[in-house]
Amino acid sequence: MPADGITAMKRAARAEARAAWLFLAPGLGVIFLFFLLPIAAAFLLSLTDFDLYAVADWRNLRLIGFDNYLRLLRDPIFWKALGNTFYFVLVGGPLTVVLSLAAALMIQSKLTRFRGLFRTAFFAPAVTTLVAVATVWRYLYHPRFGLINHALQWIGLPAVDWLGSTRWAMPAIIILSIWKNFGANMIILAAGLQNIPESLYEAARLDGAGWWAQLRHVTLPMLGPTFLFVGVMTCIGYFQLFAEPFVLTRQGEPLNSTLSVALLMYKEGFRWWNMGYAAAVAFVLFVVILAATTLQVRASRRGEA
Amino acid sequence: MKKSRVATVLLHAALVLGAAATLFPLFWMITASLMPTGEANSDPPPLLPSRVTFEHYGELFTRLNLGQAFFNSTLLATAVTLLSLFLNSMAGYAFAKLRFRGRGKIFGFLLAALVLPTQVAVLPLFLLLREMHLISSYWGVILPGMASIFGIFLVRQFALSIPDELLDAARIDGASEFRIYSEIVLPLCRPILVTLAIFTFLGTWNDFLWPLVVLTDQSRYTLPVALANLFGEHVQDTELMMAGSVLTVLPVLLLFLFLQRHYIQGLLMGGVKE
Repeated sequence: MPADGITAMKRAARAEARAAWLFLAPGLGVIFLFFLLPIAAAFLLSLTDFDLYAVADWRNLRLIGFDNYLRLLRDPIFWKALGNTFYFVLVGGPLTVVLSLAAALMIQSKLTRFRGLFRTAFFAPAVTTLVAVATVWRYLYHPRFGLINHALQWIGLPAVDWLGSTRWAMPAIIILSIWKNFGANMIILAAGLQNIPESLYEAARLDGAGWWAQLRHVTLPMLGPTFLFVGVMTCIGYFQLFAEPFVLTRQGEPLNSTLSVALLMYKEGFRWWNMGYAAAVAFVLFVVILAATTLQVRASRRGEA
Repeated sequence: MKKSRVATVLLHAALVLGAAATLFPLFWMITASLMPTGEANSDPPPLLPSRVTFEHYGELFTRLNLGQAFFNSTLLATAVTLLSLFLNSMAGYAFAKLRFRGRGKIFGFLLAALVLPTQVAVLPLFLLLREMHLISSYWGVILPGMASIFGIFLVRQFALSIPDELLDAARIDGASEFRIYSEIVLPLCRPILVTLAIFTFLGTWNDFLWPLVVLTDQSRYTLPVALANLFGEHVQDTELMMAGSVLTVLPVLLLFLFLQRHYIQGLLMGGVKE
């Protein structure tokens, strides 16, 4: 009798496992075939001379080891793209996160009325289509008819040739990106703020802490993990900069001053069909993103300890 | 007391100013799309149209055939949303409620893969779909979008709260596993499925790089790809381009405004995962 019970239980467990695999198979299959496998294949592709001839016929493909990477190191356009991307991430990223935090603090302030209305307004750009709003901003940045220059002149500042100068094109892309992205971060940070117990603020006030001291010693430390999450996600997203310079500065103009690594990958791969070389570009981006993420997580752990 | 009143006024002034600056590009996009041809390029540029006209919208749908792109975007976003809801909910439920060997390990592996940048997959994915003869077919967008780690994760977190007794009772009654999933689990997961549906629809609608690469035939272009293409030829036609932008942005903006509670919930579930 007990032996029968055990076999019945075993059978039920086996049936449950079988059902689980049937439920998992389609979803995991899609993710493996169309996401994980291509990422692994990107590395293999980067070790080949896959070009227009190989696109026509696979038999023209040769393994060339790390030649693509050696070529990258000697390619000034690649270094330009890498430098531009770091400029965008290192300047645009912190500015986005700081502005998101400021917006979250204002939204969550006890004094704020019509909270929902302001939240919706700040968040609206986050759901819009990047290609469409980048088109809008291209006209706003127009040196003569653009409303941004008119606003600058109205407050007494000189007009700027936003998209036509190597100096201002990247700041123009950064401003667009901040506008587009700060709302989503704000929502996450605002939720983090809500989870900080009010008693901590009361204790700080009893100790005579002012607004600034409360922010530094209560809000920011308590917000730690949320802050890290927002920072990491912004960083990963910003390293993949693509559609903004594609539309706003016509694929990296002027003089490649807004050419990003992802844009270089697209041009090499899908315009010139140098797919082996493009895969090496993509793989460098992959390593950079992974390293940056690890660095951020490590640094925040050290900060806590 | 007086100090806090000053603070309140300053705070609201900053909020109103910030909201106005944030909404201004969207506001101008709409007003400029209604201006007669050439009016947006006058010095100083007007904020409101001297006369409201819908001629640019007419041109988009007649001469420029953006109606086709609108159809393509709607079709693809809907198909990807429905199929991925099905696949993600099955997998998410299995991870949450069914016991099998390696469950924790596989799920942990998937979570780690969440930080992998999607752009790195684009080149080999293109070659793979080319071997499958799916370049410039709708399936080229639909197949890779049919499941996502984020979607599986969202459903799994939600499904964890379903009581085991409910599922076991159904098993004792002789219900098949698929029936338990479709008649008990799915209805209970409705809130998170709505959230996931909005996320997927907006994500597919707004996506640019992948449709640009895989939909090489003009008749298959989605709105963002068609708009970027149109921009190359009509960069001087400000009002026309603004009408195209409104056509692309307005559907997702309205969807968000009506369902924003669900959207924000998804954003937060993604944010508290650590």
